[in-house]
Amino acid sequence: MSVESLPDLAGHFGRYGGRFVPEALIKALDELDAAYRSAKADPEFQARFQDLLLNYAGVPSLLYRATRLSEALGADVWLKREDLNHTGAHKVRNVLGQALLAKRMGKPRVIAETGAGQHGVASATAAALLDLECVVYMGETDTQRQALNVARMRMLGATVIPVTNGSRTLKDALNEALRDWVSTVDTTHYLLGTAAGPHPFPELVRDFVGGIGVEARAQSLEQIGRLPDAVAACVGGGSNAIGIFHAFVPDAGVRLYGFEAGGDGVATGRHAASITGGSVGVLHGNRTYLLQDDDGQTIESHSISAGLDYPGVGPEHAWLHDAGRAVYEPVTDAEAMAAFQLLCRTEGIIPAIESAHALAGAAKIAPRLREELGRTPTIVVNLSGRGDKDVHTAGAYFGILDQAETLVPGENT
Amino acid sequence: MSISETFAKAKSEDRAVLIGCMPAGFPTVDHSIEQMIAMHEAGCDVIEVELPYSDPVMDGPVIQKASDIALANGVRTRDTLKIIEAVASAGATVVLMTYWNPIEKYGVDAFARDLAAAGATGLITPDLIPDEAAEWIAASDRHRIDRTFLVAPSSTDERIRMTLENCRGFVYATALMGVTGARTSVSSQAPDLVARIRAVDPELPIGVGLGVGNGRQAAEVAAFADGVIVGSALIRSVLEAPDRATALTDLRALSAELADGVRTGR
Repeated sequence: MSVESLPDLAGHFGRYGGRFVPEALIKALDELDAAYRSAKADPEFQARFQDLLLNYAGVPSLLYRATRLSEALGADVWLKREDLNHTGAHKVRNVLGQALLAKRMGKPRVIAETGAGQHGVASATAAALLDLECVVYMGETDTQRQALNVARMRMLGATVIPVTNGSRTLKDALNEALRDWVSTVDTTHYLLGTAAGPHPFPELVRDFVGGIGVEARAQSLEQIGRLPDAVAACVGGGSNAIGIFHAFVPDAGVRLYGFEAGGDGVATGRHAASITGGSVGVLHGNRTYLLQDDDGQTIESHSISAGLDYPGVGPEHAWLHDAGRAVYEPVTDAEAMAAFQLLCRTEGIIPAIESAHALAGAAKIAPRLREELGRTPTIVVNLSGRGDKDVHTAGAYFGILDQAETLVPGENT
Repeated sequence: MSISETFAKAKSEDRAVLIGCMPAGFPTVDHSIEQMIAMHEAGCDVIEVELPYSDPVMDGPVIQKASDIALANGVRTRDTLKIIEAVASAGATVVLMTYWNPIEKYGVDAFARDLAAAGATGLITPDLIPDEAAEWIAASDRHRIDRTFLVAPSSTDERIRMTLENCRGFVYATALMGVTGARTSVSSQAPDLVARIRAVDPELPIGVGLGVGNGRQAAEVAAFADGVIVGSALIRSVLEAPDRATALTDLRALSAELADGVRTGR
């Protein structure tokens, strides 16, 4: 079976994916699958989705030639500017698609989990636009480090519920959202934020964000005159990465690189690199790579980036890794923050710390590709989000906030 | 006694089976063994040992908390097997309930083998549906472990049929759409779900779980189900007790109350 035709009807990407959830959710997943297939084939639904992307979200995003960054990295670097989308990240594509689907299914309430708050803000936005009730589960640790996004969600009319179980981060928010869904499935759509979870979510989310790659591919042909040598993206759950990868998968000459959050370094055990530092298992409804101990208990992930701080990864990435079609490597917090600063200083763009992992990865592969190709490589980097939400974290990291500012997270951002 | 024998015996006594759940290693390995034996002695026909897991999406706050305590105190999968062995040796019929990943990590066939060797008669899998269970079905056949999958009020008749075909021992009917935890009243969806299951398979015993916390509720469920599954309420009596002696006393008292309940429902 070719990579492009996956998953199969039961949601398997080879041995990955599937459905590992309580039986109570199966009917809802089947209904979602059926609703999605009918929406996919419905020109009216597709037109409405495209209209919202174009006229509301600001899509297609630019493919921008980053000249000064290119000089610094020794590669021809093009940025897919998903940071310019409404709400500041690629996530808006997924939430608009799923919120339209919720309307189509007649469900008046959506729930979402969020790490950095990007997906929560995007969900609250789509819910406001389409008049849906919205409840967002967010780990308590994340509500503290992303206070600004909590305020954003509340301003948009969403209810934010801090989750105090387990590690109090994204994985626990996801558990809590699943528990909510088991109890409320008749009236509620679970607006899952990444290309992971039980079938059909990995496929559905991939398709809703897949425009990133379709656009980037067409823009490359038009603006560069050919396809890039490599496409780079950060990988937490992996939605922005699968969004830009998918359209390039059949292009054998385009190398696909996913950069995982290496935290303090994979060797230290304090990281969020599921593929490069984890093993195969089942978590949150799908079989994939995850961080786990010898007993199969999930290990807490660590990353400076709340959006990548997740111990699993979408099943299609697991498959692309095993198939050798995409290459996954870790990027440490320090490497990501250096790239964060470099982009600020060379291009006047403050990236999300998540996206800074992709930039740091591009910096790593540039010299390798240069050697391999014998010329300057062309790299498209998915700049998946903007860094406004990270100004406090980055300010503290670089020691450029004074004491008073440090004590009031987000107030001056 | 096997699960089937346990259900058959209860049927001959015109009552329901009482299945009491307790996480392995909560709060410690030794104390959990003591608690399970106390439950057995006080009238639980089946001890459902729950393997503590870091991400129990089917469980409400009480079982989550107990699982967290067990894991924080260092319980391992091999400890769970030892606990099963101790409780089975004390004469209890033991089934294990576990999320799937710990089994996959252990090795599916090796786990079935070691589970059988420890004396458990069955396995309940809250997040493994028959659709994904080919490896488990083969391993459980090889090592003669009964398979309990879940059905829910939302299950279609087609899925109920498929699930029952893959169960052996008993089927777990989740009484309501939700997570584990005692409720103030028994779900009105439960009798209907049980009737739908019986319409497909009149023979396979049906255990009803989710939301049962006292003798009155146990009696209500016993009126229409073959087995009554109680977890959170038993666990809470340990969580809330000021000391060990009280914990065991309360646990015995609640088990006895529930055991009375399953005998007065019919």
